[in-house]
Amino acid sequence: MNNISEITHQLLIITTDICIAVISISIIMLLYRVIKGPTNPDRAVALDAIGINLMALVGLVAVLLVTTQLNDVILLTGILLFIGTIAIAKFLEKGVIIDRELD
Amino acid sequence: MIRANDLILRTTTILIAFILFGFSIYLFLAGHSAPGGGFIGGLMTAAAIVLMYMAYGYEAMKKIIPVNYQNLITIGLAIAVLTSIGSFVFGEPFLSQTFEYFHLPVLGEKELATALLFDLGVYLTVIGVTMTIILSIASDR
Repeated sequence: MNNISEITHQLLIITTDICIAVISISIIMLLYRVIKGPTNPDRAVALDAIGINLMALVGLVAVLLVTTQLNDVILLTGILLFIGTIAIAKFLEKGVIIDRELD
Repeated sequence: MIRANDLILRTTTILIAFILFGFSIYLFLAGHSAPGGGFIGGLMTAAAIVLMYMAYGYEAMKKIIPVNYQNLITIGLAIAVLTSIGSFVFGEPFLSQTFEYFHLPVLGEKELATALLFDLGVYLTVIGVTMTIILSIASDR
């Protein structure tokens, strides 16, 4: 019984490590798109995807550290990402982020 | 320039602003024994208000939330100072705090601390400062 628990624990750690490595590669590939990207919308979408990958990374680190204190960070990252992406999109479309006059 | 159609953004904002306000209140109240507190709660509330500003524009939001954010800074600082001075009434040093266990109707046995009142001052001040900065920059022509 103790042996099975030990094997499961090792399996969990190995899987988490592999997932962290894959997500890191994904972030590096997205960084290439941020730097190279021909237009600004390309960069905005790449930054959005990098943020989502960071949320996954925080979740995996929380699994690795065996803590629940990082759950707020994941939600917070998602919210800030959403607001930032909307601000970038409005700036690219209209040139202003907060409209002055009511339409 | 033709008028932009923001229907999806506005409908999403109605849903997400509620979630953001709820999450900010949760962070504000959870600060005693979990990550959170007045600062990050105030920042989340400011983020929700900024999202509503981005979706609905300046003039409409002035009617929806008729709050002068400079006054909010004053009120927050006054709450923080008054709760600190309140410890003089009980003959304790400045910024002393205490807690007591109460039996609340729905929530059951809960610990209520006077540090929450100080945190309320921090919360209001952070909202006021953030919104003042953002709106001053946004209304700059």
